[in-house]
Amino acid sequence: MTLVDRTALEIRDGIAAGTISASEVCRVTLERMASANPRLNAFNHVAADRALERAAGIDRQRAAGLPLGPLGGVPIAVKDNMCVRGMRTTASSKILDSFIPPYDATVVQRLEAAGAVIVGKTNCDEFAMGSSNENSAYGPVRNPWNSDTTPGGSSGGSAAAVAARCVPLALGSDTGGSIRQPASFCGVVGLKPTYGRVSRYGLLAFASSLDQIGPFARTVRDAALALSVLAGHDPCDSTSSSAGVPDYSAALTGELKSIRVGVPRAFVSAGVDDSVRQAFDSALGTLRTHGATLVDIDLPHAKFAIPVYYLVATAEASSNLARYDGVKYGFRAALAKDASLKTMYSRTRDEGFGAEVKRRIMLGTYVLSAGYYDAFYLKAQQVRTLLRRDYERAFESVDVVAMPTSPIPPFRLGEKTADPLQMYLADIFTVSVNLAGLPGVSVPCGFAGELPIGFQLIGRMFDEATILRVADAFERVTEWNKAAPALA
Amino acid sequence: MSSLTIADVERIAALAHLELTDEEKQLFTKQLADILNYAEQLQAIDTTGVPATAHVNAALGVERADEPRPSLSTDEALGNAPDGAGEAGLFRVPRVIG
Repeated sequence: MTLVDRTALEIRDGIAAGTISASEVCRVTLERMASANPRLNAFNHVAADRALERAAGIDRQRAAGLPLGPLGGVPIAVKDNMCVRGMRTTASSKILDSFIPPYDATVVQRLEAAGAVIVGKTNCDEFAMGSSNENSAYGPVRNPWNSDTTPGGSSGGSAAAVAARCVPLALGSDTGGSIRQPASFCGVVGLKPTYGRVSRYGLLAFASSLDQIGPFARTVRDAALALSVLAGHDPCDSTSSSAGVPDYSAALTGELKSIRVGVPRAFVSAGVDDSVRQAFDSALGTLRTHGATLVDIDLPHAKFAIPVYYLVATAEASSNLARYDGVKYGFRAALAKDASLKTMYSRTRDEGFGAEVKRRIMLGTYVLSAGYYDAFYLKAQQVRTLLRRDYERAFESVDVVAMPTSPIPPFRLGEKTADPLQMYLADIFTVSVNLAGLPGVSVPCGFAGELPIGFQLIGRMFDEATILRVADAFERVTEWNKAAPALA
Repeated sequence: MSSLTIADVERIAALAHLELTDEEKQLFTKQLADILNYAEQLQAIDTTGVPATAHVNAALGVERADEPRPSLSTDEALGNAPDGAGEAGLFRVPRVIG
C-alpha cells in the first residue's frame, strides 16, 4: 500500500512509531496535491511552506520524546470558509478574494493542537451555497471518478481531495447536506455532527441555526477520530454544547444485533433513481443480515423539508451576508469620486457576489420583508417544529434512521445550473436533518456505473456514537469504501 | 400562485443593497416566482398553535462576565479593509453627510 492510500490512523501510528516522518508524509501529500489538482481544481490555496514547517515541528517533538497528539503529523485540508490565521480565506467568493483572517477558527486551533498539519484550503460553492460546487468564483471542482461530473456541493473540494487520495482527512461544513451529499458523490465518508457539537467560531456564517462543521474521511474510524478532536464546548460559540464528548472510536464495536434501523418507506419511495434505490435496498439488506432490525417509520412532514429549508436558510443568509459591504474587509467596487455610500454598498455587493448568492439574499430578504414574514418565514419555522416532532417520535422506537443521501447519482457539470429549483429538489434527503439539528453520516454503499452512491444514517441529538457504530459495522462487512477513483 | 413583478424584485434588491442589472432582474423575477410558488405548498399544513423553531438548542441566554479580554489590535482589525485609515484607526467610506 502506498503512503497516499493510508488512513489518518495509520499515518499517525506510523509517525508515532518512527516508521515514517511527518515531513515525509507532508512532502508526499503536497506532491500528490500538485499532480491531482490541475484536473480536480479541489484546492483554492496550498500552504506548502507552512505545512512543511509544521510537519518538521512534529518530527522535532518526537525526537524530543514529547507526545504528538491524536492527529500527530496527519495532513488535513480545510474548506475555504473557515478561518486560518494568516492564510487566505475566500469562501470561494470574489467579495473575499483578498481576505487574510487575523484569527483561527476554533476547529483549526483544535486540529493543530492535536498535531494535524493543515495543507491547504479547499474549493467550495460560494459561501457554501450550492449542491454541485459550480457556484465557486474559482471554477467548479471535478469529480475524481469522472471529470465531467460534479463532486457534489458545497464542500466539493474537500470530498474530492479525500477521494483522490490527496489527504486522508478534510473539513467541510453542512448547512443542508454540504458534507453528506459530496461524500456520497465522491465515494467517501462524510459526517455532519449534531447542531452544537462542534464550534462554529471562525466559520463564515451562511445560516446560523443550521451550519455545522464536520469531517470527511475514507473510513468511519478516521471520521470518529476527527470528531473526537473537533467536538466540545467553546466559549466563543454560545450555541456550542457543553455535553460531554465520548470516545467515538471506542463506540465502534462492530455490533449490530441490538440496533433498530428506522426506514421512512413512504418518504424514500418517490423520485429516487433506480441505481440509488438498488444500492440503498442492498445496504439495508446488509444491515439486516448482520443482525440489525429494520423498522418501518413515518416522517409525515419530511416531504416539506425543501421549502422549509430554502425559506429558513435564505432568510438567515440574507442577514448574515449583510456584513459584506466593502467597508471592513474584502472587495470594494471601483467608484466615481462623488459616489454615495449607498452606491458603494450596492455596487460592491452586485460585483462581489455570484448569481446563486444574490438569488438567496433576494429570496431571504423577500421572506423576511413586511407582509410576507408570517406567510413564509414564520410558517416555515412552524413546519420545522412539526418536522422535529416527526423525528422525535421515530426515535422513540428506533436507534438510527436510514435514507439515501441523494435521490440521484452524481450528475454532469452544467446539467442543473439553468433551473435553481431543480437543483434544490435534489437536497430532499439531507436538509431535514439540519432542520432537526440531528447528526448524520453518509457512507459509500454502491455505484451507478463508475459513479459512487452513498446512504446516510441519522441519529438522535448528540448520539454520533451510534450512527458511527452502525456505519463502521457496515463498512467492516462491505468493500465499497476501498475502491479508488481512476482520476486520482 | 405568487405573481412576482420586476418592481417587487427592484424593491427587494434595494432592501438588500444589491444593484442588479436588467438581465438579473428579469432572471430573478422568474426564478424567485418559481421557488415561491413551490413554497406555497406549506400553506396547506395546519400549524394552528404550533410554536416556531428558530433554533434547535434550548440553551438560550448564555451570559458571561462583562470583563475586558484580549482582542484584535487596531492594525489587525484594519488589515483587511479596502480603504483603511491606519494612522487614524478608522475605516474610510464615501462621504455620508454633505
